[in-house]
Amino acid sequence: MTVIQKKADNPIAHLTVEDIETLGKELDAIRERVIASRGERDAAYIRKVISTQRKLEISSRVVLLFSLFPPAWIVGTAGLSVAKILENMEIGHNVLHGQWDWMRDPKIHSTSWEWDHVAPADQWKQSHNELHHRYTNVVGKDNDLGYGIMRVDEDQPWHPAHLGQPLYNFLNACFFEYGIAAYDLDLGNKLKNGGHKDPEFRRRVRAVGRKIRRQFLKDYLLFPVLSGPSFLHTLAANFTANLIRNLWSHSVIMCGHFPEGVETFEKTSIEGETRGEWYVRQMLGSANISGSRLMHIMTGNLSFQIEHHLFPDLPSNRYQEIAPEVRALFDRYGLKYTTGSLPRQVFSAWKKVFRLALPNRRQPAAPATPLDGSTDHPTRELVAA
Amino acid sequence: MTATVPPPGTTRSLRRRLWRLAETVTTPVLPSDYLDLIAPLRAGADLRGRILAVQPETPDAATLLIQPGRSWRGHVPGQYIRLGVDVDGVRQWRAYSVTSAPSRRADRISVTVKAIPDGVVSNHLVRRIRPGTIVQLDQACGDFVLPERAPSRVLFLTAGSGITPVAGMLRSGALAGSDVVLVHSAPTAADVVFGAELRGLAERGAIRLIERHTEVEGLLDVAELDTLVPDHLDRQTWACGPLGLLDAAEAHWAARGHAARLHTERFRPTVITAGDGGTVTFTRSSVTVAATGATPLLDAGENAGVLMPSGCRMGICFGCVLPLRQGAVRDLRNGQLTTALPGDGVRVQTCVSAAAGPCELEI
Repeated sequence: MTVIQKKADNPIAHLTVEDIETLGKELDAIRERVIASRGERDAAYIRKVISTQRKLEISSRVVLLFSLFPPAWIVGTAGLSVAKILENMEIGHNVLHGQWDWMRDPKIHSTSWEWDHVAPADQWKQSHNELHHRYTNVVGKDNDLGYGIMRVDEDQPWHPAHLGQPLYNFLNACFFEYGIAAYDLDLGNKLKNGGHKDPEFRRRVRAVGRKIRRQFLKDYLLFPVLSGPSFLHTLAANFTANLIRNLWSHSVIMCGHFPEGVETFEKTSIEGETRGEWYVRQMLGSANISGSRLMHIMTGNLSFQIEHHLFPDLPSNRYQEIAPEVRALFDRYGLKYTTGSLPRQVFSAWKKVFRLALPNRRQPAAPATPLDGSTDHPTRELVAA
Repeated sequence: MTATVPPPGTTRSLRRRLWRLAETVTTPVLPSDYLDLIAPLRAGADLRGRILAVQPETPDAATLLIQPGRSWRGHVPGQYIRLGVDVDGVRQWRAYSVTSAPSRRADRISVTVKAIPDGVVSNHLVRRIRPGTIVQLDQACGDFVLPERAPSRVLFLTAGSGITPVAGMLRSGALAGSDVVLVHSAPTAADVVFGAELRGLAERGAIRLIERHTEVEGLLDVAELDTLVPDHLDRQTWACGPLGLLDAAEAHWAARGHAARLHTERFRPTVITAGDGGTVTFTRSSVTVAATGATPLLDAGENAGVLMPSGCRMGICFGCVLPLRQGAVRDLRNGQLTTALPGDGVRVQTCVSAAAGPCELEI
């Protein structure tokens, strides 16, 4: 339980074991309904996004060939930034989740997709889909909680190194794709514990190296060379587009799990977890961002983080359609649907990063109530910590 | 897509180097992913086709006129193509006989599709698909074809959509000098696909046409051929149609000692034995599902979201073959059991095989 957010009451204390299982069944029903109705409209949507993104990227890069002229630099950089954001968020992230595998199109499939990112798709899929989505917000299991470099929950022990975390977070935001690649490699742990000699780890490092080289070659050598006299301007434009994309995706992702109001969980809380309990953990461990349709697309519909975490493999265009139903379930079961505008949620997440750079002011409270409100089976407790 | 596929037809290293450079520029996708946006039918692209027209043939059959991509290598009459089309957003592959005659320009081909009840793809192609749609294609294949020198006496024994490969042969002109008899079954005269054209050929004396309208006259008994076409055993015979007809024909020709003169094309697998079922693991996809002994491995994989290669879905095209790393599968057509241990390198047709115990497929 976090110090500032420490609540006298467990947010799920009012739910019985049966309530949670019924809730799980209701969520399953929403999922089944979406799956049964997936079809042409959805396929047309993702194809449209992909073709729009490709046209935007290619035209922006052509404009940047003349980036010596300031208007071309501005237009090209803006277009390329948007293209890169679309490519990573609404397309890459979601395709790699397998959201579009049902189309059986080998060109748009999680097993064949590669993205405009220094983290190789297969490594990212493993750390993101298998670990983060499974162990969402479980302290000590879900490394997305602070990415292993920051303290974002009162339950994470404080260390003097955390004093620098606002700076680390800023640097991580600027070079987010490298942060993710390092994180997927579990680089910090491997270096600390001598795991860097493991041949499998070395193979993965080489794969990242190859990916970085290809990305560099494209953005920082080939396109600048093709631009001739605009060499430096194109190089700067590509760097800027990557920077904007990194800052944007970092902000969106911070909003997903770090803002105030999002719960974290203890390791023991997920032992023997049922489907219903897993759903509840996703519901309480994620936060949405409110905004316009365009904003949702630019976030890859991760602005519907709650819906995404409940159903990571449903097509992203469906999240906003089911959001009202999901929200109605929150209301009916007396759970808090955390949402807010982008500036508000970014501010809230950053505030936490600053606050937790310092040690806790008070000792954490006594263990919270188990999930079912009783005290007699410790193995089932899904403690909202 | 990261696979590096050199464009076919480039042997000169300069072109290859340029292509490499283009790949570096478009990474992480391929240059072809961009080219596909503007020229999906260009040479070197994955083979696709554009639907030019949909012509109704009977109340439940239609001919699709298709402009194949520049990579199309042509076909021999009687062969089929695998056609991939998105139905309700899902890519589905089926095999259809090419019904057009080969032409040197090869810029138009046609397939004729009969809608079968509850047929997801056939109904889509007959009733819903619109000109302009891009479909996925594979090169023509199949050995239900005429020999290089056309036999002097030929019998075609067909029923329903079984006429389609034969139509390709008749239209090609390869049989111009031959004595051709066509015995074709359909429920009514109106259901005869290419009815007017076939009757025209018969009127001109190009073929002898025997139509069997089964709603009135009942199913054809192969033994009736003794009276309908008394010399049928002396003819090279190509038979295509439902299983009952083909099984009866095979038995008939075999009993008379002329099995070698009968060539058949089967449209659907014979489902005889259900296996015992078991858990199927798709190793590279890290997916494990429980499958019954009656579920083709292909369906089990597709339902679990695995990107399974597929083709005719009837055991003829081998487009769905995958390595069976270990385990046991049963052939749904004849009940034959196939077992494999790691390293055996056994490959199975997933569309006609079902789990017969735990098994692992490499995909």
